[in-house]
Amino acid sequence: MSSQTTPKVQIMKGATPNLSAATYQIHDESHTMGNALRWMLLKNPHVEFCGYSVPHPSEPNIQVRIQMYDEHSSLEALLKALGDLDDLCVAVGEKYNESLKAGEFERWVEKS
Amino acid sequence: MDVNPRRLVGVTAERATHVSSTDFPGHYPNEDHSWNLSQFRQNLKAEVQRLSNRSIEFDIVGVDASIANAFRRIMIAEVPTVAAERVYIFNNTSVVQDEVLSHRIGLVPLNVDPRNLDMKADVEDPGTDRDTIIFRAHILCERNPKAPKGSEDPKELYKNHEFLSSHLVWQPAGEQASLMMKDIGPLNLNIVLAKLRPGQEIEMELHAVKGVGKDHAKFSPVATASYRLHPNIVITKPIPMHRAEEFKNCFAPGVVVVDRVKKVVKIDPKGMRNDTVTREVLRDPEFSDMVQLSRIRDFFIFNVESESAYAPEELLPEAINIMRGKIADIRRSAESLLSTGGDNGGDVPMADP
Repeated sequence: MSSQTTPKVQIMKGATPNLSAATYQIHDESHTMGNALRWMLLKNPHVEFCGYSVPHPSEPNIQVRIQMYDEHSSLEALLKALGDLDDLCVAVGEKYNESLKAGEFERWVEKS
Repeated sequence: MDVNPRRLVGVTAERATHVSSTDFPGHYPNEDHSWNLSQFRQNLKAEVQRLSNRSIEFDIVGVDASIANAFRRIMIAEVPTVAAERVYIFNNTSVVQDEVLSHRIGLVPLNVDPRNLDMKADVEDPGTDRDTIIFRAHILCERNPKAPKGSEDPKELYKNHEFLSSHLVWQPAGEQASLMMKDIGPLNLNIVLAKLRPGQEIEMELHAVKGVGKDHAKFSPVATASYRLHPNIVITKPIPMHRAEEFKNCFAPGVVVVDRVKKVVKIDPKGMRNDTVTREVLRDPEFSDMVQLSRIRDFFIFNVESESAYAPEELLPEAINIMRGKIADIRRSAESLLSTGGDNGGDVPMADP
């Protein structure tokens, strides 16, 4: 696999010098992370625009375009979104485990 | 159930309305929709509804479709399982060709907990007891000398006339027998892999490895992993009693309750979740403006069937862990960009964006 040589995240040509607008290429990811990340980035009020694309279906890359208001850094917005997405995952996992532990659901037996 | 109209996706006779979510900063003037963890936790619900030995139904309420979809996609394509990857055929005189038989064997779900195995670093690596499970199969079909006369049943005429998944026998390698592994074999022992006739023989060795569904569907731990949005049905004008039965039959069983004593037709809030929102009711000219159909945009009813060594209730936590792993990978790499000051000169192998 080329994953040892290809960096996970790259900034693509054409980004502004202060990174207030940049496109990030994320290697070995798909709509799974692309759409979730796009949503979390759009939850940031400093983000002017965010969109992602899968440039080619047989290449395992996504590109995330981020444009910021007031010369904020898109890289910092990306890191914040990743952190928030992680918090979200923890919250969903905790709630699910609570419900599973409480055991207040219907149980039934399914035959193979 | 009174639902905030902003959460509803309208279902009309010809189209769906208000499909996109609007909970973004800047969408509504003077409202703050930026990410807020404590508020998210308050609105979030994740409840198991039904659980069997093979499948689970649970609700996740208060998340965006992109998040629910990420969990669904990870359960299908990125939660690892163990499946036969290499088949070494010493003898196969059955009518099923080697490559077809190998493919069928690859698809057999195996009862091997993937958490006990390592992922092979490279498919070409020779394999160790930490990353490979070996099975053997040897079966020879013979005539049954005691078959009743005139019988045409292959079960009576022949011995071993079917090559079944139960004929795959685990060969513990290295430390495997002493480790936590037990009951290793196919999950279903009655899968017919090939049919045999007297004199036909199959002898083979299988090497099963850990893999993910995006590489090959045989590694997918689920038979189905899907979600649907919770239906929301509101009766806006009283339904005439003489047509109550007709109205009831426009919906799935248990959705509509007809109270003959009080002479009212109501929607059962618990039964509502089972409706399929067929819009049959909108075809009736009288009913069509007495009811409003919709779905709740952030109310996901998941249905997951495990077809692997995972118990069905373990699949979502596994998916969440994998998602967190992916986030950590991206974050590590993005943080290293931070230290280089986002220097993007010379490090871009791609063409113009």
